Amino acid sequence: MGASATPERVAITDAAAGMVRQLTAQHGPLMFHQSGGCCDGSSPMCFPVGMFITGAGDVRLGTVDAGLDDPVEVFMSAAQFEYWKFTHLTIDIVPGRGAGFSVEGPTGMRFLIRSRMLTDDELEHFGLLVPPAGG
Amino acid sequence: MTIVEDDVQTGGSTASAPTTAPGTGKDSSGAYLAPGTEGSVASYRARYGHYIGGEFVEPAKGLYFENITPVTGKPFCEVGRGTSEDIDRAVDTAWKAFEGWKRTSPTERSNILHRIADRLEANLELIAVAESWENGKPVRETLAADIPLMVDHFRYFAGVLRAQEGSLSQLDGDTVAYHFHEPLGVVGQIIPWNFPLLMATWKLAPALAAGNCVVLKPAEQTPASILLVMELIGDLLPAGVVNVVNGFGIEAGAPLAQHPRIRKVAFTGETTTGRLIMQYASQNLIPVTLELGGKSPNVFFEDVARDTGDSYYDKALEGFALFALNNGEVCTCPSRALIQGSIYDRLLGDGLERVGRIKQGNPLDPTTMIGAQASNDQLEKILSYIDIGKEGGAKLLTGGERVDLGGELSGGYYVAPTVFEGTNDMRIFQEEIFGPVLSVTRFSDFDDAISIANDTLYGLGAGVWSRSGDIAYRAGRAIEAGRVWTNTYHQYPAHAAFGGYKQSGIGRENHLKMLEHYQQTKNLLVSYADGPMGFF
Repeated sequence: MGASATPERVAITDAAAGMVRQLTAQHGPLMFHQSGGCCDGSSPMCFPVGMFITGAGDVRLGTVDAGLDDPVEVFMSAAQFEYWKFTHLTIDIVPGRGAGFSVEGPTGMRFLIRSRMLTDDELEHFGLLVPPAGG
Repeated sequence: MTIVEDDVQTGGSTASAPTTAPGTGKDSSGAYLAPGTEGSVASYRARYGHYIGGEFVEPAKGLYFENITPVTGKPFCEVGRGTSEDIDRAVDTAWKAFEGWKRTSPTERSNILHRIADRLEANLELIAVAESWENGKPVRETLAADIPLMVDHFRYFAGVLRAQEGSLSQLDGDTVAYHFHEPLGVVGQIIPWNFPLLMATWKLAPALAAGNCVVLKPAEQTPASILLVMELIGDLLPAGVVNVVNGFGIEAGAPLAQHPRIRKVAFTGETTTGRLIMQYASQNLIPVTLELGGKSPNVFFEDVARDTGDSYYDKALEGFALFALNNGEVCTCPSRALIQGSIYDRLLGDGLERVGRIKQGNPLDPTTMIGAQASNDQLEKILSYIDIGKEGGAKLLTGGERVDLGGELSGGYYVAPTVFEGTNDMRIFQEEIFGPVLSVTRFSDFDDAISIANDTLYGLGAGVWSRSGDIAYRAGRAIEAGRVWTNTYHQYPAHAAFGGYKQSGIGRENHLKMLEHYQQTKNLLVSYADGPMGFF
């Protein structure tokens, strides 16, 4: 990462961005909410903006640029974020099936999260270099 | 309780199916023939529509999708791709059927559930093979657990329904409150893919016993086995009492969950969709039951290894290895093993030895103990978590890779049983991987064990292993989970309540308690007094 770039928590692969553009043409503007729990859990769910109500219990991780007019917001529940906050997430896409009510389900593809640990520079940027007490 | 009697040796058959053994439904290696091949005990139709009003009907838009077996990664049938029009039709049909079904007596409904159980039992092998083929789980488990439990759940609710009674309260000498159980009406049920038939049964049996009609949406990974079962049992139920609409979540699941004319939604799945279901339910002001997964601790106290040669220790080692049951695709997978420091090396070593004896192979081979993950995206997710484990500093002790079983099975989704060692703050200790991946850590004393066990967002299942009834009792009460298996794990009898604390969900399944989740309380408040109350 260049010194001038602002660290981000989330990114998107070209393939996944292409799918977001395709789905946006069909459904209108989209957002992601990272799921937890079983079956299709631990996966990024993609919904038309307004379908899934976010609130005080959610953290906005940031946005990804899918090559659309507007950036695409990515959320996660605050409780889950406590365990994920040291991680950088990249939204990818793989052949698959079934995704709760996520809009890519019928395409035969499935959004998937790729992860890496945040670098020291990124941790510093997010104020996480010193683990918070009790965290 | 011994469930699987046969003595399984490691090694043996993989993909080859050289010749068949006539009349057995198996090949010469002892594996069941794949459904659809000549001589198999099971066969799927080439194409299924929706099951609405007691018959298969064409999807409103005429669309179908391919259904893949994870055993080989190849399609084996087509299934209707439902939309809101199909959901509307199913809900309408269910309400029409409810007019008659709500008037049936508990005896009639109980008898029907018994007949369903008998029919399933008579076709147990067929259903078990079909389920294994669609889901990828070992037929050893569907034969010994999934399908027998399915039968038992229908029998349990047939029985408990007859024993359930309303109540009356005598308010004074002339005034009585009667409490009747009444059905809700038409309910929506969204079923996961990890136990397609057993989870459908967990929801269907109590709903039907209570007198409701159902619109059921299976998971798109496993849409067909329930249709095969409906074909077997459909004649035992009045048309329209159970309706099955397949399709993708956004196209069929969401329209069902937000349908203004359903009276309840039951869902098993993950947290984001669980929240959406509640959001929809809030708009319709209807109740929900949610089962949303976990990250279940399996706690081994030091007295487990007081004797390492007895049958109790043997049982505890099986408990360690049970993370691989159902390929790890269980909401209550004991995916965190917490071992007391004083026995850590010994128990971990013996546990790894037991894991090493897990036989991976063709799911249709009755000696196979771990089969295929249910879908390609599930496989990808598990592999990505194995990477997260490595990158996050956990130590890989065994497994950690995709397995190529060769031949026909090369395209299937196989992962080696995997064990990591690490600390509870790592992501592989906190997130549900839903695969055969165990994360092991140590604890110092009782309080440390409980602290680690409860340091999770979830609270569905837990395991406690101790030879001391006192320790086991105190640990079981201290762990924040809806089901604490004590000196056992992964037993799912109909007569024990199942459900989650914390973010693992709302409500309970199984047990008489579940019947009430599908019932209204009707109170008749009756005065037998001669005169007025005297206010006016």
